[in-house]
Amino acid sequence: MKLEVKEVSAAFGDKKVLEDIQINLAERELVSLLGASGVGKTTLFHVIAGLLVPDTGSVWLEGDEITGSPGKISYMLQKDMLLPYKTVLDNVSLPLQIKKKGKRAARQEAKQYFREFGLEGYEDKYPSQLSGGMRQRAALLRTYLFSSKVALLDEPFSALDTMTKSAMHQWYLSVMERIHLSTLLITHDMDEAILLSDRIYILAGKPGKIKAEICIDCKKPRNSDFMLTEEFLSYKKQIIELI
Amino acid sequence: MKEKFQNIIDYCIPLTAVAALLVFWQIMHTVGVLPEYMLPSPIQVVTAFVEDFPLLMQHVWVTLWEAFAGLAIGIGLGFVAAFLMEYCHTVYRALYPILVITQTVPTVAIAPLLVLWLGYGTAPKITLVVIVTFFPIAVGLLDGFKEADMDAICLLKAMGASRLQIFWHIKLPGGLSHLFAGVRISVSYAIVGAVISEWLGGFQGLGVYMTRVKKSYAYDKMFAVIFLITALSLLLMKAVDLIQKVAMPWNRKETTGKKTE
Repeated sequence: MKLEVKEVSAAFGDKKVLEDIQINLAERELVSLLGASGVGKTTLFHVIAGLLVPDTGSVWLEGDEITGSPGKISYMLQKDMLLPYKTVLDNVSLPLQIKKKGKRAARQEAKQYFREFGLEGYEDKYPSQLSGGMRQRAALLRTYLFSSKVALLDEPFSALDTMTKSAMHQWYLSVMERIHLSTLLITHDMDEAILLSDRIYILAGKPGKIKAEICIDCKKPRNSDFMLTEEFLSYKKQIIELI
Repeated sequence: MKEKFQNIIDYCIPLTAVAALLVFWQIMHTVGVLPEYMLPSPIQVVTAFVEDFPLLMQHVWVTLWEAFAGLAIGIGLGFVAAFLMEYCHTVYRALYPILVITQTVPTVAIAPLLVLWLGYGTAPKITLVVIVTFFPIAVGLLDGFKEADMDAICLLKAMGASRLQIFWHIKLPGGLSHLFAGVRISVSYAIVGAVISEWLGGFQGLGVYMTRVKKSYAYDKMFAVIFLITALSLLLMKAVDLIQKVAMPWNRKETTGKKTE
């Protein structure tokens, strides 16, 4: 197992937010956490990323316990969080600089991926000069350079318009094929979850618990036509009944 | 094209207003409403300025030097204070109230003391400038540090960044615009501070020049030096804007690159 979350419970004061969460993620898998807002998805990500120590339970990466130690798993927040005062190249290479690589070495390493992520020619632009889709791709590249093992994506596509979003889904699926990233994705969009995931965890209730786990057994890569098939609709129906 | 035209109009309105005011002032004078011994006419002020130009320039350098030296030290100290207050909460709790209290002490009241302690040289002038410029810098920067985006900090923490790295990558660049806002206020404080301390004793500087022409009731020269000080402050503020533009290229209007997919 790439990533395992074992019996995690967390509370803010008296308010329990998460209870007995069990999650696992295999190599090269894309797993979604689906749930309404306020169900504790982001809190769970903070626990996995090591920003928050859970009251009970533990987090394991490739067999090592990493509970409460940040810097091991890459994390992309809801907003793209590109720093407006750094060029795209400096933004993207930031995780390498944090890891104490020299600025030049960090830039050089990051530059190699610009073509793959469709950012070639934009190295020296500032984030405000990019479109929403490009900003998102830059943020994803930064996430990838942070750790190529596991990526946590917190609603990465929610701020994009429908057309851009659908293009980003296709792009992400094709990039995933090549860069072998294992991804845990937060979303409240059922279609997105079914389209992208190998498995879906449904998080619901107060405090948040894993209510169900659904395997999407359809071959990848899937395209947007998949969203019109019987199969897709039956998965969707199954999820709606669970929520 | 339309935009350019609009720009010209935007410039013209305030310029016309200032020109109208000056013409009005001159007319009042020519008609005889304002007696010459109380308020000189604009033309007399300009003449006085031109006549005394070489002398004024000698004094300007002294005042500018005091202002710049004080400003540089003030910025340095302000930065160090803001950094320490940001980095250590105890320092913040201890230092911040003192800063606020010292700020309520009027500078004009401390200036004579500084002269008594430090003599008639440039030392008391520079010290006064340091005192008046330090506060806006320190407080502005500190506000900038405190306003840092929590999510950006969260992101860097997730990357395993140390506090110093968070400071360097998030807080410092975020505080830059506040630093420049503080410096913009401080440059005019610095000039005025230097002039005030020169009033109280010294050998050279615009303040010294002012006290001399005051004693000889040379109103035209008084006004000439007042306008010179105003012009200097405006020029320096403009210079700060230019430096800010160069130092923060991401803030420029986004005409350099169109959004592209």
